[in-house]
Amino acid sequence: MNFLRNKLDNIKPLFEKGGKYEKYGPAFGGIETFLFVPNHTTKKGAHIRDGIDLKRVMMVVVLALVPATIFGIWNIGFQNMGEGQSFWTYFSFGAVRFLPMVIISYGLGLGIEFAYAIFRGHDVNEGYLVTGLLIPLIMPIDLPLWMLAVSVVFAVVIGKEAFGGTGMNILNPALVARAFALFSYAAYMSGNTVWVADAVADGVSGETVLGTLGANNIPSTSVMDMFMGYMPGSVGETSVLMILIGAALLLFTGIASWRIMLSTVIGASLTGLLFNAIGSETNELFNFLWWQHLLVGGFAFGAVFMATDPVTAAQTTKGKWIYGFLIGVFAILIRVVNPTLPEGMMMAILLMNVFAPTIDHYVIKSNISKRKKRLLKVKA
Amino acid sequence: MQIMSKDIRIKKGLDIKLKGQAQQKLSSVPRSKIFAIKPSNFHGIIPKMTVRVGDKVNVGDVVFYAKQNDQIKFTSPVSGEIKEIVRGAKRKILSIKITAAAKDSHKDFGVKSPGKLSTQEVKEMLLESGCWASIKQRPYDVIANPDDSPKAIFISAYATAPLAANSVYVLNGKAKEFQAGIDVLGKLTEGDVHLSINPIEASFLNDVKGVVTHKVSGKHPAGNIGVQISKIDPVNAGEKVWVVQPQDVVTIGKLFLTGKYDASKVIALAGSQVESPQYYEVIQGAKISDIVSGKLTGDNNRIISGTPLTGESVPESDSLGYYDDVVSVLPEGNHYRFFGWMPFLGNDKLSMSRTFFSFLTPNKEYTLDTNFNGEERAFVVTGEMEKVMPMDIYPMQLLKAVMTGDIERMENLGIYEVAPEDFALIDFVSSSKIEAQDIIRQGLDLMIKEVG
Repeated sequence: MNFLRNKLDNIKPLFEKGGKYEKYGPAFGGIETFLFVPNHTTKKGAHIRDGIDLKRVMMVVVLALVPATIFGIWNIGFQNMGEGQSFWTYFSFGAVRFLPMVIISYGLGLGIEFAYAIFRGHDVNEGYLVTGLLIPLIMPIDLPLWMLAVSVVFAVVIGKEAFGGTGMNILNPALVARAFALFSYAAYMSGNTVWVADAVADGVSGETVLGTLGANNIPSTSVMDMFMGYMPGSVGETSVLMILIGAALLLFTGIASWRIMLSTVIGASLTGLLFNAIGSETNELFNFLWWQHLLVGGFAFGAVFMATDPVTAAQTTKGKWIYGFLIGVFAILIRVVNPTLPEGMMMAILLMNVFAPTIDHYVIKSNISKRKKRLLKVKA
Repeated sequence: MQIMSKDIRIKKGLDIKLKGQAQQKLSSVPRSKIFAIKPSNFHGIIPKMTVRVGDKVNVGDVVFYAKQNDQIKFTSPVSGEIKEIVRGAKRKILSIKITAAAKDSHKDFGVKSPGKLSTQEVKEMLLESGCWASIKQRPYDVIANPDDSPKAIFISAYATAPLAANSVYVLNGKAKEFQAGIDVLGKLTEGDVHLSINPIEASFLNDVKGVVTHKVSGKHPAGNIGVQISKIDPVNAGEKVWVVQPQDVVTIGKLFLTGKYDASKVIALAGSQVESPQYYEVIQGAKISDIVSGKLTGDNNRIISGTPLTGESVPESDSLGYYDDVVSVLPEGNHYRFFGWMPFLGNDKLSMSRTFFSFLTPNKEYTLDTNFNGEERAFVVTGEMEKVMPMDIYPMQLLKAVMTGDIERMENLGIYEVAPEDFALIDFVSSSKIEAQDIIRQGLDLMIKEVG
């Protein structure tokens, strides 16, 4: 490590003020601080600081995504080939399909982030470490790479940098990418043939559970398969088990809000129960058991990794309960009663992203009026 | 309004256990040759000198007064000769250095019984002697205005900050002086004098008369006076409360009992870089090198006048801060860590999150250095500030209101109830490394300017 440190120290002056490549200082800083936590010491305020920083926060989320990612890659192969192959056969088939998506997502997204950092002269922010992996995980595997690329560029430039970068955006950037792709290239983002690699060419049936229900048929997928994730879907979203492992890490480390996760589940369960109680002869989705709603589609993945994005979620404790609850309600509501979208999680989260500041506004208002009442009481 | 004694238990917060807690042993340090008064200790005060270089002063003689209010005087802690008035940019006075005489002689303010004095006479005695500087006010965390009549006066005799001096220990054997000080403070307010104590520690503080005693327990910042005020009788817009540190209550008591201003106090010398951390008796303004010399290990240290959360970094040539009762010495953290951000690596670090294995050893005393542990970022993670903010305050929203200079919103969100020290733990836990104390200080200064 000393060798690397010395190398960096040797070239560092070139990127500092007055150096030859001063302009590229933020990019150099981005790489340097990725390799080494800097030697900065506290200058004001508290002299000691918690060991955590944003890089560590983001890496915990990336780690939490690893089980779902590995399973997703395996599942790409499994869904295409069916039973009877070895783990590595499935996995390498999936990796060949999935890695280009990851490379495009990280390459383009980080490239834009670095370019903005150089252009604006600020540090490279860590947010994209997570977004870069989330985007390919919530896309169908057969999405043409150029469409993915356009979606990434749109999400980073319009969804994030236009607002001022990490911490300033209103909408979850990964969901912006997905929504952009869905509305721009609907044929590649929905239907029965996009969820399994080469479904058309290989003649594999690739209907998702929600797609089947949307067509008013009863799906044949077993509950165990739904939980384990042996079914077609976006790459990372199918295995509830793997997502729960990630959730456990996020909750144990305290990185993600348990309030949001729990209230999302509560909101969805209650809404599912309500639809079960109403029932319908013309819409199978009314009759789909409420707890099975939690196992299919993007619900689990969204509740654990998307709804909990602290930047776009509600920021107050009470607000988080309301925000999560409404995501759950809207996700099921859109699923069941909206005929055009078989899945509602993405829309529910984006919708609540927009309303999160409003929720916080009213939560904070109650604190303000409490303070004002206290003052009036004293004056009286 | 009569306020009853309360039992305050603080659950939101963080106890930072650092290596080098002071042992309960008291020694004296050699008398410094040079003492200093630093106007920067008194936030917002612009000094007007009353002495010149070469003037002789006794203990209690006025050295300067506040330009804003000439009643507020600052007096010499020792006898000697004014050696130097150190000035910085724009001729700002940084420090007044006094060459100490071998022995102190005190200015006589006369023995007085507060019970027989009017409020105005009590105030004059405190102002003339320089003791007034130890009375601070909320809102704004600045020296109290003697023309005000505070709603109440608060004293916290329970310190919870990392490495903080134990209040009961530093007050040991000073029951009479403390009671006298309380009697004086009682004359300054129509309301109550509130004294917060830790119920576990038995001491004379349980039997102090003329106060409402509150039992405080729980995690830091339970000992912060601002937290206690918010639980006892919160500050509303337009109200003033005053706060005094327990050792300053003793100094005030001594003034009235003996007629002399006695600037001695007990401080803790603590921290992982101190060979045998313990307590010392020192005089206000003593030189840091006289306090620490020969007692430290390592050569890459930061000396802090105050606690590691709220103190000020001082070179050895500097002097002890006026309001500080601890000198902490920590290792500097000016080193790189390869992949130091990788979760579950570098487990010698303390964190409120469980992203280090240090969560397995919650009772371990840590050797923390001054590394920033990252870089400053925009607000990203939410909820972490709230975990260490026991007051009814939305910390992140208040910080944002200050950053945008939105005075009405700052007022609505409770800027009058907070002091920078109440945000010290937020400095610590913030993963975006937000300089919360600094932001709050700026917010308070803006309020002083705009609202007054």
